[in-house]
Parts: sequence; C-alpha cells; structure tokens
Amino acid sequence: MSAATGGSEPRLSGRGLCWFQALTGQPGLLACGPRTVRVADAPLGGETARFIAVVADAANRFPRARGGEVGLDEAWTLAHEVRRAIAEDRQRRPRPLIAVVDVTSQAYGRSEELLAIHLAGAAAADAYASARLEGHPVIALLVGNAMSGAFLTHGYQANRILALDSPEVLIHAMSKESAARVTRRTVEALEELGERITPMAYDVRSFARLGLLHRLIEGVNADAPGTADVERVRNELSAAVADARATPHDLSSRLTSQGAAAVRAASLEVRRRLAEEWDAAG
Amino acid sequence: MSAPPRSSFIELSARERAAALLDAGSCRELLGPFARLKSPWLPLQGIVAQADDGVVLSRGCIGGESAVVAAIEGAYQGGSIGEVSGSKIAAALELALRDCERGRPVRPVLVLETGGVRLQEANLGLAAIAEIHAAIVALRRHVPVVGVVAGLVGCFGGMALAAALCSRLIVTRQARLGMNGPEVIEQEAGIAELDAMDGADVWGLMGGEQRYATGLADVLVEDDVEVIAAQVRDACSAAALPRTERVDEFRRRLAGIDPQRPPSPAALRALWARERQP
Repeated sequence: MSAATGGSEPRLSGRGLCWFQALTGQPGLLACGPRTVRVADAPLGGETARFIAVVADAANRFPRARGGEVGLDEAWTLAHEVRRAIAEDRQRRPRPLIAVVDVTSQAYGRSEELLAIHLAGAAAADAYASARLEGHPVIALLVGNAMSGAFLTHGYQANRILALDSPEVLIHAMSKESAARVTRRTVEALEELGERITPMAYDVRSFARLGLLHRLIEGVNADAPGTADVERVRNELSAAVADARATPHDLSSRLTSQGAAAVRAASLEVRRRLAEEWDAAG
Repeated sequence: MSAPPRSSFIELSARERAAALLDAGSCRELLGPFARLKSPWLPLQGIVAQADDGVVLSRGCIGGESAVVAAIEGAYQGGSIGEVSGSKIAAALELALRDCERGRPVRPVLVLETGGVRLQEANLGLAAIAEIHAAIVALRRHVPVVGVVAGLVGCFGGMALAAALCSRLIVTRQARLGMNGPEVIEQEAGIAELDAMDGADVWGLMGGEQRYATGLADVLVEDDVEVIAAQVRDACSAAALPRTERVDEFRRRLAGIDPQRPPSPAALRALWARERQP
C-alpha cells in the first residue's frame, strides 16, 4: 500500500482546506450551500480573485461525498458559484477564478447515478469552461489528489494548471486501489508500470512531463505552509493569471508546451493530419 | 405501399453508424485505418493497437449541410478513450469550431459508446476528455452538438459528462448513461449498493428510458437506423437552453431530495417528470 493513502481506507486529506484558508484567510462557508464547497473572494496580485475548494465533511448529507469526493451537491454548487462570478463581472474585467484542487474522486453510489452525477459534473465543467471563454483567467492549483471525474469537474477546464511538488499530489483517471482491482494488478505492479509508461503514473513529476502542467512549484511545505510558502504560491498564481490573460481562452497551451512536443506527439500528429484531411474533405 | 424493413443501428459498427447518419453518398472518412494512427501506449503493455484507435471520423452532409460525425467503436477496448482516440474527437470538434468561427458552420454529431478513460493511457485519456469537454462548450455556442447513445456499451466516465454537455441527446432503451459504470460502483461501494449483474436494476437507474423520463435525455428512439438518422437531422436545428446551464433548476430539484430516503427510479420519474414539450 502506498504511503500516500496509508491503508485500505483513503486518508482524509486536509490540504484543500488548508491551502484555501492560507490563500484567502477565510473559512469560505456559503450562506446557502454544502460545507464541502468553500468559496471566497480574496486579494491576489492587486485585484480580487475568487478561490474555490471542495473539502471533506464527515456530516455531509450525501454519505458517499464525505471524504473529499465531488458529489451531486458539490458539483452543482461549483457550477452555481462559478456562474455567479461570470454574472457579477459582466460589466467589468473578469476576475481570476482559482480552483484549489484536492479531490479524491467523484462520489460512487446508487443515488449519485440515479440523480445524474454525470450531469452535475458536466455542469461544473461547463461553468469553468464558460468562465474561461468569457475571459476569466481560470487557474487550477493542485495541492493533493486530482482524480478522475472529480478533476474533470473541478480544475481540468483551467487555462493554466499549477501544482505543488509534493509526493502526495496525485493525478490519475482512477485511484490506485481501484485501478489495481479493475486491472487485476497489485498496487506495486501499477507503480512499476507508471515508471515505464508516463501517462500511467500518479505522481505530479510524471504529470509535469506530459506538458499539461504550467508550473510545478518546488520547495513549498505542502502540509503546513508558512508565510513565505503562501507568498510564493500567491506569486505563481498571479503570474499564471497574467499569462492566461495574454493568450487565447482555450486549452491550446497544453499542446504547445515542451512536454507535449515530447510525450504527446500523437495528440499533435492527430491534429496536424486531421487538419490536412479536413480541408481536403470540406 | 409497405414500410421499409427496420434495420438495427446498435448492430452497426462505428464506421457503419457514421455513414448511416450522413446523407447518402456524402460520407468520407478522415484519418481512417490507412492513416495508421494507433495508440503509442498499448503495444508497450502487450496489447495490439488497432489502426483507427477505435474512433471513426466521417465528414459529409446532414440534411444537405456540412457535418462531421465522430463515432466510437464499442467493440474495441470497450470504446475506451486513449490519447489518439480522444484526440481524434477533440481535434474534429476543434476544427468544426474553427470553421464555425469563420462563418462556415459544421454540424457535429457524437456517437458515444464508451466505458470512459482507457486505463492503460490514464492521464492522457483524461486530458483528451477535458479537451473534448472544452470543445463542446465552445462549439455549442455556434451550432447544436448532437449526442447519440445507442448501446450496448453505454456511455460512462468522463464521456458521460461529454454526453451531458451536448445540446441534444438521443438515446435508445438499450442505452445506459452514467458517470460510474455499475461494475465500478459495485466494487467501490459494495454489492449492497448496486449489483452490477442485476440488469433490470441497472437499466432502471441509468437506462435510456429512465434518463428520458426524468428529462436527462431529449429523445428516446427505437433501435432503427432510419429513425435515429431522422432524429439527428431534426436535432441539428434544436436551440433549447442546454441542461448544464439550467443550474438553478437542477439545484432546486436536488434540494428536494432526502439522501437518507432516496426516491426509487419510478418515484423520480414523477418528481422530475419531463416538462411539457413546447
């Protein structure tokens, strides 16, 4: 079993809340919404940014979304809060949206499927993507888990993805334990595979090699950030905001990175060759 | 005059499905098998890579208008989304968007038959799905994006989010649509939560008829090539507010649910009954 999860039950990470509070100085509880979604407007680089996190709550009304999962209430609340920022900024410069990401997975359950968690997740992804298209710099800051459908819902539509260089920052399509069960491999075998096959790896340094990450922030205490750590991250966020504002509102920066040229060669070749055939077929 | 014999859409391959949705004689496949764009990651894991990576892109016309169909082949690796198959869909949508922005609308249709991310390509499959989501949201501002979930694989994982992002979603009774496949739920939450082998229960939760009855799909169709093609033609002119933008409405619906006493699928049909068609 990996150090990151430390047992058969996933560890309840407090990093999302820790960094949310460190960056905003606020608890971010909503007047009308679950305690699992924290939202606060706080200063960033001379302007106001909206910070958003999904956190664990042992008393959450949906039992399968108590450990930091993105469930139905969480996803719809994300959609609502992001769209609220879009509506509020119609007549002024769109504020940055900072998704503080530490999400273990989407909520797995019968009620979740019946009540269409796929639609809730899509609504949150849509809201973030729409905010990006409206000119909001959307920045994802990975401080812990960024797993699967939960990451698609909260963070993966960002103009820029930043991450703390920490062994507990894990990015994947499925948690290690689940992937091991589904593929009938041991966790150790999966880890070995990740060392050979970069997209199979969980760790953030491997993820950085895929060219999807804008910045890997090294040398920061991820569990107990001091003032200097928070200031460093704040500066990185501000720089990413400025960078996002200066470039197209799509996800193209993920394909123009050095890492993409090396590891996502197939993604680039598909686009290049399809563009050739597309015009010939038009 | 007798009606023409029905023919099954579900039984068609992805290639045949794409051709069936385009006007007769207009279909031209892009990046077909001879392009030999295969997964670079499967052979490293001892899996034979198919020459189209399980996604067929075809251009042509729908109702005389320029169109592109991206059809996932459920028979190859469960329709899973890897780097190449996902990039094919994303790239087609991105080019359709470019053409729309240049004033040359292209009608996009997605034929979704997929278990979600291909675990052998994990993070690159997930990244491609995020790009597909981004492209649908951007493209939907110009032209309706039509999704078809016919079966039998169904549509799961991040691609269920893609289905939900479509302007108009067409399903059959055989279709299933959900974020987490039944096997994954059984494994993660236990067989008491869901028995993946109990087909009636699974279809009751996430089958096409239930999704249609609760307003989560727009059109419920018979498994018939002509019927589905006709619905795709009509759907391309649809202009309702996308479901993913109806946030307040769905938050109200959810607030009325008690998670300790969740409704049965039948009860949900009454609670979330389809609004009357305009």
